[in-house]
Amino acid sequence: MAHSAVRLYVAVFAALLVLTVATVTVSYVDLGPASVVVALAIAFTKAVLVVLFFMHLRESSGLIWVVAGGGFFWLAILIGLTMSDVVTRGWLPVGVK
Amino acid sequence: MAEHAAAVAHQFDDAEQQRGAAELGMWIFLATEVMFFGGMFTAFTAYRWLYPAAFAHASRHLDVLLGGTNTVVLIGSSLTMVLAVHGAREGHRRTLLVCLALTMCLGSVFLGIKAIEWRHKWEDGLVPGLRFTLTGADAGPQELFFFLYFAMTGVHALHLVIGIGVVGVILALAWRGHYTPAYHNPVEVTGLYWHFVDIVWIFLLPMLYLIGRHGP
Repeated sequence: MAHSAVRLYVAVFAALLVLTVATVTVSYVDLGPASVVVALAIAFTKAVLVVLFFMHLRESSGLIWVVAGGGFFWLAILIGLTMSDVVTRGWLPVGVK
Repeated sequence: MAEHAAAVAHQFDDAEQQRGAAELGMWIFLATEVMFFGGMFTAFTAYRWLYPAAFAHASRHLDVLLGGTNTVVLIGSSLTMVLAVHGAREGHRRTLLVCLALTMCLGSVFLGIKAIEWRHKWEDGLVPGLRFTLTGADAGPQELFFFLYFAMTGVHALHLVIGIGVVGVILALAWRGHYTPAYHNPVEVTGLYWHFVDIVWIFLLPMLYLIGRHGP
């Protein structure tokens, strides 16, 4: 039990290293607009690995899942609603002289 | 030592409830931290949308080798932190002490590399307000990038300084034998904080260093 836990942590660490090398390498390849999506998808995957295994969310109660999910949800509102303004400002010629 | 193992504060029914309360408290604090960093992430997202070319140019002034190295250092510190928590859970005193010390060392290495990077930015004249020497059509938006760069890496580094201090206190208490498999809540919640700071950097690397590595 104890040794399998250590093996899991080392495996997660190795996966994080591989993903770090992958995101740096792929950033030198021109993927056009997809490069941002790929970079953030890799970062998100790394974050999920850290949260699930290093922060032990996998073993945590439902209440902790709600708080962790709530933090992410409110961040999505903050960025989503702000960007819905910033991105759409030029769509209609309101206030342009 | 045995006293600490049995110590349940009077407001709790049992050790399990006490542990759950400590864990929940730290997660709620971290949710507020998500919003704290979230403001800067939102500002970055908005201005990157408005000035994509300038942000790509500015991003290329950053050193990917140092940024990447620091990512590996911080991920390594997360491994030693989780091994320290594991040591506390299993009652392995030496694992706990050594891994906490290693975590502090790796955190300090990160700050050292960060300081080298900041000095390079100063020498290159890329510090907004104090010494910013870029000129040209998109110098303004590039200055904005570097303002956000210093704000985000600065606040992140401050969190790491606090983290190193807290781990130091935990190390001193662990040295005196305060923690047992039955009671080591401070080790657990310090681990949660440390991993959160790691996650912030996991997002800062692609946003600051990796956008605009290619293209015009």
